[in-house]
Amino acid sequence: MSTTASPTSQDKDERLAHVSPLKKALHRPEFGSVAGALLVIVFFALVASGTGMFSGAGVINFLEVSAQLGILAVAAALLMIGGEFDLSIGSMIGFAGMLIAIPAVQYGWPIWAALSFAFGCALAIGALNGWLVVKTGLPSFIVTLGFLFILRGVAIGIPRLMADRTQIGGVHDVIGNDWFAALFSGEVGEGFFLWLSEIGVIGTNFAGNPTVSGIPVSIVWWLGLTALATWVLLFTRFGNWIFACGGDKEAARNVGVPVNLVKIVLFMFTAFAACVFAALQVMDTGSADSIRGILKELEAIIAVVIGGALLTGGYGSAIGASFGALIFGMVQMGIFYTGVNTDWFQVFLGAMLLIAVLFNNYVRRKALEAK
Amino acid sequence: MNAPVPMIEMRDVAKHFGSVIALSGISMKVHSGEVMCLLGDNGAGKSTLIKTLSGVHVPTHGEFLVDGKEAHFSSPSDALDAGIATVFQDLAMIPLMSITRNFFMGREPTRGWGPTRRVDWTFADRVAKEEMAKIGIDVRDPAQPVGTLSGGERQCVAIARAVYFGAKVLILDEPTSALGVKQASVVLRYIAKARADGLAVIFITHNVHHAYPVGDAFTILKRGSSFGTFRKDEVSREEVLNMMAGGAELESLDAELAEFQRADGNASGNGQAA
Repeated sequence: MSTTASPTSQDKDERLAHVSPLKKALHRPEFGSVAGALLVIVFFALVASGTGMFSGAGVINFLEVSAQLGILAVAAALLMIGGEFDLSIGSMIGFAGMLIAIPAVQYGWPIWAALSFAFGCALAIGALNGWLVVKTGLPSFIVTLGFLFILRGVAIGIPRLMADRTQIGGVHDVIGNDWFAALFSGEVGEGFFLWLSEIGVIGTNFAGNPTVSGIPVSIVWWLGLTALATWVLLFTRFGNWIFACGGDKEAARNVGVPVNLVKIVLFMFTAFAACVFAALQVMDTGSADSIRGILKELEAIIAVVIGGALLTGGYGSAIGASFGALIFGMVQMGIFYTGVNTDWFQVFLGAMLLIAVLFNNYVRRKALEAK
Repeated sequence: MNAPVPMIEMRDVAKHFGSVIALSGISMKVHSGEVMCLLGDNGAGKSTLIKTLSGVHVPTHGEFLVDGKEAHFSSPSDALDAGIATVFQDLAMIPLMSITRNFFMGREPTRGWGPTRRVDWTFADRVAKEEMAKIGIDVRDPAQPVGTLSGGERQCVAIARAVYFGAKVLILDEPTSALGVKQASVVLRYIAKARADGLAVIFITHNVHHAYPVGDAFTILKRGSSFGTFRKDEVSREEVLNMMAGGAELESLDAELAEFQRADGNASGNGQAA
């Protein structure tokens, strides 16, 4: 009597039929943040209905807040799955902003050159972060904490030395029609929204323009990076290596995964994301400010953890981190719309983080139980 | 003389760490379709020998031949390329990753080209399931985390992975020592199967009861040097055990064994036979 089922059969194994779809969803890392985002939507739909939060402009508004954090969170998620942290991304935002504004405004570089310079420096510092971590074997927490202060200090010191201030404005005056700057400014799909308003799907304001004139480019970056990171994680060899590095770097090394390379690339990616954030902000506001991005590294980590990633590495999802950022943006704007004192936002944030960690712990235990 | 060329051969291999002589004068031959058990107490030099075999350490002197040709490994991937796969006890599998992702870790099959190049998970899932079925482990869902498998099954995934990727020599570092009796037997059965498939297996253990049933030859390590290699028909289980402990300690060991036997007798007298 044979007890093994036909091994080549790709048909559904009859013993798998009993797993309900809900239970299956529970085993996905992003489950918590997707469910949380739905909860937050329902909550504000009830509490903040009629405040304009869910009008076209309101939605764009909170999506924009989510997008900024989401860009960082997606990169931080990949790095955390790879088993490391980057605490320097907040400072990198202020630093990279200066690297864009100072050459462009003080030295008259074309914007594309200033942007390229900023991205080049950010990637190099990311690589240095990663190299220090893999070569010294020190915790990335310490190494990147060092860069948190170094980059912030330089971002304050250099403009003060050169222009005796910590804000460099006037970027708008020098943008012109720069093709590279266009990647980080303006809106997408204006024609589409004009058409929507013409057929009456969305309203028009007093001037006769549609209330939503287009999708801000930051949202496009956010969605694009989320899609890219998800593709990499789930469908590429590099993605499997990220999981392997975070899960157990010795085991990964034993089977030939280039652990050091993977980690360095991930550090470069977080620095890149911080630089994208900085570029979007500088193009939007027309200025760079030394103190931009303070605490963003921690907010990104919160979004990633809400998104289901384990702090110990080896488990998590980019989609989850994006939903974590969405929750973040919705609550921040929701509190504004409902008129609650914004001080309470931090209380919510901390509570959300704790709940997420407890929930993740539970999910991990469940995932490792024999099914 | 032996007509067939040994799959792997060490001649007078030594490894020094500064002034510490970790290994000296180790000579050993393993043929295809043979299980060589490497036995030794803690500190006998087993780990150093494995790490030398698998390319982690470079031997201080001595010759190392694979399939009759001299080989020099400077990293584990050199050894892997030469068909020598090492399965380390704790460092083989990542519990939170799926069976398939673990199985193909570092050697993911891809399809497509350029930016559409992606891992062929359908193929990978099927292979993982098939390979596991070959060793008698029926995986319900290859996407389930390795952490849901038992310890013995995890070792088997690691071994199956090495075999699938063309290992000619399998080095197993204490694959059974952390396992219970039932799970150890799963691994031992698989070792026997790998031998039947024509692999040369080097099985490191300090447990004679695991080594004896599957081993063809036994090399006993003691304090960094070889105490000798014995064919299975030359020695009994008890003799192997005695040699592991060493000649000088034989008498006290005898006394200890007698004590064990008495304790065994008591235990089986008290409890039901397992």
